[in-house]
Amino acid sequence: MNRQREMVSALSETLPRHSILWRAEETTPYECDGLMLYRQLPMIVVLPETEAEVAQVLRLCHARGVPVVPRGAGTGLSGGALPLGAGVLLSLAKLNRIIEVDPRARTATVQPGVRNLAISEAAEQYGLCYAPDPSSQIACTIGGNVAENSGGVHCLKYGLTVHNVLRVRGLTMEGDSVEFGSRAPDAPGLDLLATIIGSEGMLAVTTEVTVRLVPRPRLARCIMASFADVGDAGDAVAALIAAGIIPAGLEMLDQAASRLVEPFANAGYDLAAAAVLLCESDGTPEEVDEEIEHMCTVLREARATRIQVSNNEAERQRFWAGRKNAFPAAGRASPAYYCMDGTIPRKRLGEMLRAIQALEGKYGLRCPNVFHAGDGNLHPLILFDDGDPESVARAEAFGAEILERCIQMGGTITGEHGVGVEKLDQMCSQFDTSTRDAFVAVKRAFDPAQLLNPGKVIPTLHRCAEYGRMRVSSGKLAFAELPRY
Amino acid sequence: MVTNVSSQDTVTALREAVCEAAATRTPLRIRAGGTKDFYGNPTAGSVLDPRCHTGIVAYEPSELVVTACAGTLLTELESALARHGQMLAFEPPHFGDAATLGGCIAAGLAGPRRTAYGPCYGGVRDFVLGARMMDGRGEILTFGGTVMKNVAGYDLARLLVGSLGVLGVILEVSVKVLPQPPVQLTLSFELTQQASLERLNAWAGQPLPLSASMWHAGVLSVRLSGSRAAVADARGRLGGEMMDVSSADAFWMQIREQTHPFFAGAEQLWRVCVPSTMPGLELHGSQMIEWGGALRWLRSSQAAQAIRAVAQAGGGHATLFRGESACEVFTPVSAPLLAVHRRLKAHFDPAGIFNPGRLYPGL
Repeated sequence: MNRQREMVSALSETLPRHSILWRAEETTPYECDGLMLYRQLPMIVVLPETEAEVAQVLRLCHARGVPVVPRGAGTGLSGGALPLGAGVLLSLAKLNRIIEVDPRARTATVQPGVRNLAISEAAEQYGLCYAPDPSSQIACTIGGNVAENSGGVHCLKYGLTVHNVLRVRGLTMEGDSVEFGSRAPDAPGLDLLATIIGSEGMLAVTTEVTVRLVPRPRLARCIMASFADVGDAGDAVAALIAAGIIPAGLEMLDQAASRLVEPFANAGYDLAAAAVLLCESDGTPEEVDEEIEHMCTVLREARATRIQVSNNEAERQRFWAGRKNAFPAAGRASPAYYCMDGTIPRKRLGEMLRAIQALEGKYGLRCPNVFHAGDGNLHPLILFDDGDPESVARAEAFGAEILERCIQMGGTITGEHGVGVEKLDQMCSQFDTSTRDAFVAVKRAFDPAQLLNPGKVIPTLHRCAEYGRMRVSSGKLAFAELPRY
Repeated sequence: MVTNVSSQDTVTALREAVCEAAATRTPLRIRAGGTKDFYGNPTAGSVLDPRCHTGIVAYEPSELVVTACAGTLLTELESALARHGQMLAFEPPHFGDAATLGGCIAAGLAGPRRTAYGPCYGGVRDFVLGARMMDGRGEILTFGGTVMKNVAGYDLARLLVGSLGVLGVILEVSVKVLPQPPVQLTLSFELTQQASLERLNAWAGQPLPLSASMWHAGVLSVRLSGSRAAVADARGRLGGEMMDVSSADAFWMQIREQTHPFFAGAEQLWRVCVPSTMPGLELHGSQMIEWGGALRWLRSSQAAQAIRAVAQAGGGHATLFRGESACEVFTPVSAPLLAVHRRLKAHFDPAGIFNPGRLYPGL
């Protein structure tokens, strides 16, 4: 309490009073991000309005050894913005200005609190857009996208955040200004821009971002294909790519997911199909016609049982409505859902779906699946009851087992949601000690005092030893208590 | 598909060499084909040749990923991809038949396709998915993976791109590959430098399948790559004179490999990277423009300081690509970033044995 009072008074010297929150009723909205399984009240929340104020907060916290957790819109799904009880939660939400849209150079320079969709909206008048479109794009901020290297449904063709951000200006934990990348290609020195992107707010605090804008395609059309078997649908994904096609979007829903979203979205999904594939083409009208025809041929050869092609924009939007509403639909169908995020080689999609079906029985929980199939990125939605601690524990163990399967299949424990606090244990499985040591060294290279978002992403040696013992002793993941630090 | 994967023995041999050099603090110069010896600051040391580590480890065309050992010849890798109608989308220059994948990643140089529209754009780093390397303790580190989306841990595979070997020995790399475009054609226009820059920037804001551009001596050439329909549509919109296919292929090869007459002779060659909208460089010497205006090659004997000042004023940077000079090859980084570089070097290469000074002095 004394510590809190002392920090509030120190911060008050540099920030206006309305930018500092410390009473529980004010800080409660910040106790978790999109991963609500983990909650922690921060000691203090600060909402600076300028880069200079952010720098002052950082210098003050650095001098006093107080850890800082940066936060954008709080839509993250791995607990990357989970506060520390003895730390300052640094919200960048008020740095929300679009500084410049340069249509000739096809760039936009924005503050970190600008929403992802707001960039594309600002660029629309020039026929341009910002390509990465995570499903939370109406709410999530570009600063958060940089922290998580966010993807979306178009990244097979147009890339992730790392492919679309040219430059990040930020502050080190010491409050020094740093610039990564540049408006010119191949900035000198090591590619620290790539290191910053996806670093989950642990290396520097983003204060300004320059993104690349791309021309909006003249036309987009979408194919909706049904499959009688999930394996066939997985094979169809591989067949499309082997045929030299890079779809603008390639998404899959299993039957449980289609049935979950259909009453909610009225997308017209084939509820008898074991899997529905959405396959999009964009470009000039002639190009799209040519590609759609090619895609349909490949899908038919890959045993699609039914194929529909959108004939207009409204129909295309309707096809997508189901996929884009999968999360809210899960929220309506169950007291709570746990969204997982692994990536596996595309050819193993069918195998993974069957494995998840088997795990549904083992854990006694339903798990509809939506996939960014083109990228092999899975989003199993484990439905559980958050009012029942035993159901929560089963959901967690179910999720952990899916992630272990991802590693076994040659994939990764997170495609786009990040490690945060959620997947610290699985980091022990995916990386050996030397590689984890390298991550620690990178953290120290940027933040020698280890005060910026500490405790995320990189598990301690002790934690990995404990996780190893637990897996060996039980032969499977034990039902852990929540949360387990 | 698997060819000639290096054995555990070669890794052991490499580790012994690294550990011995570290123990005696003897600098090592990591060098495979030696095709990019000219690039970077001079570095001394006994040669460590990673070419014992060679071969394609895994390639499945439908996964759009190839994993290969660092010593694999670029020509071998590109032919394996071409057999399945795929390619390295960053179109790396070889600068000689002996060029290897490891050298390509360590140099981080991309070719004409660098700023293409749509799925094809990007430099070397944009296509690297994972890497295995040996650090200065002889430890093997594995970063990233072979899947398209991966945010587990820091993205250190991309950190190796353009690192010029100062962090360690690259052993294996996984790269995203793309299908070769079905149709490709090249159009030429007689235009001044400024008019070319205007057009290139205007075209880049439209959904056109541009995959390369080059201006030199009053002629702008652009390459279109994509579906038959998209290329035909763009050709109609752009006009210009069409180059026949075989001359066009040879032409872009000359640019990529720097066998074009512009690159001949001993005068210093500067690689000036700028925002594509920057007007023509006000510097003495002749220029060639690539990458939609973002890359300006400059043949000039003007002082490094003057060239860097012009590049930096425009938001860019200048590298002395070829030629003798006492100046720093690369534009220096800011003090806080240099501190990060030094701390990274200290962890990955505590004895300071790998390519000392090749990227920056003291690194």
